[in-house]
Amino acid sequence: MMGFVWFWLVAVMIVGYVVLDGFDLGVGVMHLFICRDETERRATLASIGPVWDGNEVWLLAGGGTLYFAFPLLYASAFSGFYLPLMIVLWLLVLRGISVELRNHIDVGVWRALLDGVFGLSSGLLTIFFGAALANVLRGVPLQADGYFFLPLWTNWQPGPHPGILDWYTVIGGVVALVALTLHGALWLTLKTSGDLAERTRRVAGPLSIQLAVLTVISLGATIHVRPESLDNYFNYPFTFIVPVGVVASLAGIWLFNRARQPLKAFLSSCLYLFFMLAGACWGLYPTLLPATTGMDRDITLAKALSGPHTLAVGLVWWAFGMTLAVGYVVFVYTKFKGKVDMETAGH
Amino acid sequence: MTAELIHRLHFAFTVTFHYLFPQLTMGLALLIVVLKSVALKTGDAKWDQAARFWGKIFGINFVFGVVTGIPMEFEFGTNWARFSRLSGGVIGQPLAMEGVFSFFLESAFLGLFLYGEKRLSKLMHWFSAVMVFVGSWISGFFIIVTDAWMQHPVAYDRLPNGQFEVLSFWQLLLNPWALLQYAHNMTGAVITGSFVMSAVGAFYLLDDRNPVYARIFLKVGVIAGLVSSILIIFPTGDLHGKYLAKNQPAAIAGMEGVFKTETGAGMVLIGQPNEETGEIDNPIVVNDLLSFLIYGTTQAEVKGLDQIPRDQWPTALPLLFYAYHIMAGLGTWFVLLMTVAAFLLWRGRLAGARWALWALLLSFPLPYIANTAGWMTAELGRQPWLIYGLMRTSEGYSNTVSASNGLFTLIGFMGLYLLLGLLFTVLIYREISHGPEPAYAG
Repeated sequence: MMGFVWFWLVAVMIVGYVVLDGFDLGVGVMHLFICRDETERRATLASIGPVWDGNEVWLLAGGGTLYFAFPLLYASAFSGFYLPLMIVLWLLVLRGISVELRNHIDVGVWRALLDGVFGLSSGLLTIFFGAALANVLRGVPLQADGYFFLPLWTNWQPGPHPGILDWYTVIGGVVALVALTLHGALWLTLKTSGDLAERTRRVAGPLSIQLAVLTVISLGATIHVRPESLDNYFNYPFTFIVPVGVVASLAGIWLFNRARQPLKAFLSSCLYLFFMLAGACWGLYPTLLPATTGMDRDITLAKALSGPHTLAVGLVWWAFGMTLAVGYVVFVYTKFKGKVDMETAGH
Repeated sequence: MTAELIHRLHFAFTVTFHYLFPQLTMGLALLIVVLKSVALKTGDAKWDQAARFWGKIFGINFVFGVVTGIPMEFEFGTNWARFSRLSGGVIGQPLAMEGVFSFFLESAFLGLFLYGEKRLSKLMHWFSAVMVFVGSWISGFFIIVTDAWMQHPVAYDRLPNGQFEVLSFWQLLLNPWALLQYAHNMTGAVITGSFVMSAVGAFYLLDDRNPVYARIFLKVGVIAGLVSSILIIFPTGDLHGKYLAKNQPAAIAGMEGVFKTETGAGMVLIGQPNEETGEIDNPIVVNDLLSFLIYGTTQAEVKGLDQIPRDQWPTALPLLFYAYHIMAGLGTWFVLLMTVAAFLLWRGRLAGARWALWALLLSFPLPYIANTAGWMTAELGRQPWLIYGLMRTSEGYSNTVSASNGLFTLIGFMGLYLLLGLLFTVLIYREISHGPEPAYAG
């Protein structure tokens, strides 16, 4: 029971992170292509300025929650994915610094450099996160002691000895890149105005169609790579509501964007991310990290769970703390609601 | 180099660089609350403007703290997997709580404080500053709780699979070690904040600009600097030291360089520990002082390293000794400097005393060194234990991550952090050169 609860609480943290930091990562990618002058760029960055840092907190809080609820999983996965995780950390450092500092520097060339770093690191992060999730869905070559160490790539096949990157995890990376770029475009349509908002809206339409195609491909690939992913769905057929939700939210994105209802389009995109991640988690449950070296080596809930007292106490403060946290998030987004003022943004 | 050493250096380097930023964040957060409170109470626009200026410095500093802090949360797993696997149920708890209780609060209200002044009432803006302060100090608390459990494990049990399990949540949070270390550490952060603030004030006066703000900075900086410099020694340092002496005799013996157990132990002010001969080379000693400081009587017996098995001696003995002595020596300088500066301030002569202003300006790096040396003292003193008495450092690092993989990412971090350090210097230099805006009404 505790296992079930904590599995889904960690999933909630991951969804919270992807939905929130997802749009500012997407804005990072978008601003490289969409902004035509300094005013637009400032408005674009101002739309995420007060919130990106808080969005990233979900990653930290999620990581901490994972650490204490499933220490074995945290230890095994973080040391096993050592090299890509370090690259992710470097990218997070570069990204945070570049977005925050570009407004302190008034030399055009340096600004352009920082903008480039911000866009590139945002894009690479979305690809890494997508590939990371795909790695978890595919499984890793766990040894008998519960550890593994993955090279960046091997023969690009998701067989028993895969690398971080193979054709399947690359698909995961591309899906994440497109999904979050679209998420960012919809955020910009919602938060900016005039010509800029119109251009992002026009980009979002075709992107949502690309995303629909990629979603279908990635679902097929997942079933091919790990057929067990479907077991839970067939055992509990009502959970097919999740893929239905994916399709419905994709349609919602396209329709609302076309109908110039940016808030509803953005919320549809939030729902899309929610359904995709929830669907992936449900495909895994109760496994946390499948082994490509034999099912008996899978890291499961039962193996990874912390002690009973730890989890019971954790539930109390977690519920209390996250209620507060959601309160702050709502408060901040209410205070900064409405469109960014294009003229005064960032000054 | 062994994998163990690389993983230790990896964590030590990244955490040391990281902590250059939070110590200023936490210290300044308190001082900004002071500035905002005076502004709110008097309605004097100067103090609001002063708070805005420090808000900008705070904002830059905060970002560097955040981006260098994220790797810390991951390195427990990446570099210290075997430790994390066993201890997650205990120390994963305060680490997760830091995220849940502090970071959300801090980031939300910092956004409001830095970007929302026009959208908020004066009272709400003041409140945002207070919340940023509360958030950053809560954050410090959870990190100290984490470290304190490794220093002085309490309220735990071991499950059949070897994992540590919390027995009492409140005993974990109220670990006496944590409370003492927290008081000492936060006082250290206030010292950094107040030295930086008074140094900027001194710089402006010496350079003959922004005189109005310079006086505000000096006033707040010197008063806070004096109070915190005294508190760091007594009672926080004193109590922490006594508790440490009781619970980690090997650490205190290493810090003080006590090789032989003696009654009426003297205190070595300067010297070089020689592990070969078991003596301090070239020592300057004050007789009986150590016994008095630890036990309140000059005749008490202080346990030396000779009573501790060789395999439980702190592994980097001279480094531990030097780190501790640098911290203590600088602490003494802080009290002297701030006492003189406060006296001049009280007599209204500080602004004209250029020698004192120079001393204040040049002393701003010293609290960074003292805080770093203090942390080195704590962590080197704990060695060879990762969890004191329970798990050795050699049992905790990730043995799936080879030494050269570790070295590769360590070098990567060094390069990246060199770049960050340069950027930070340039940005802070620009803000300080630019100075506070002239005060305007409303």
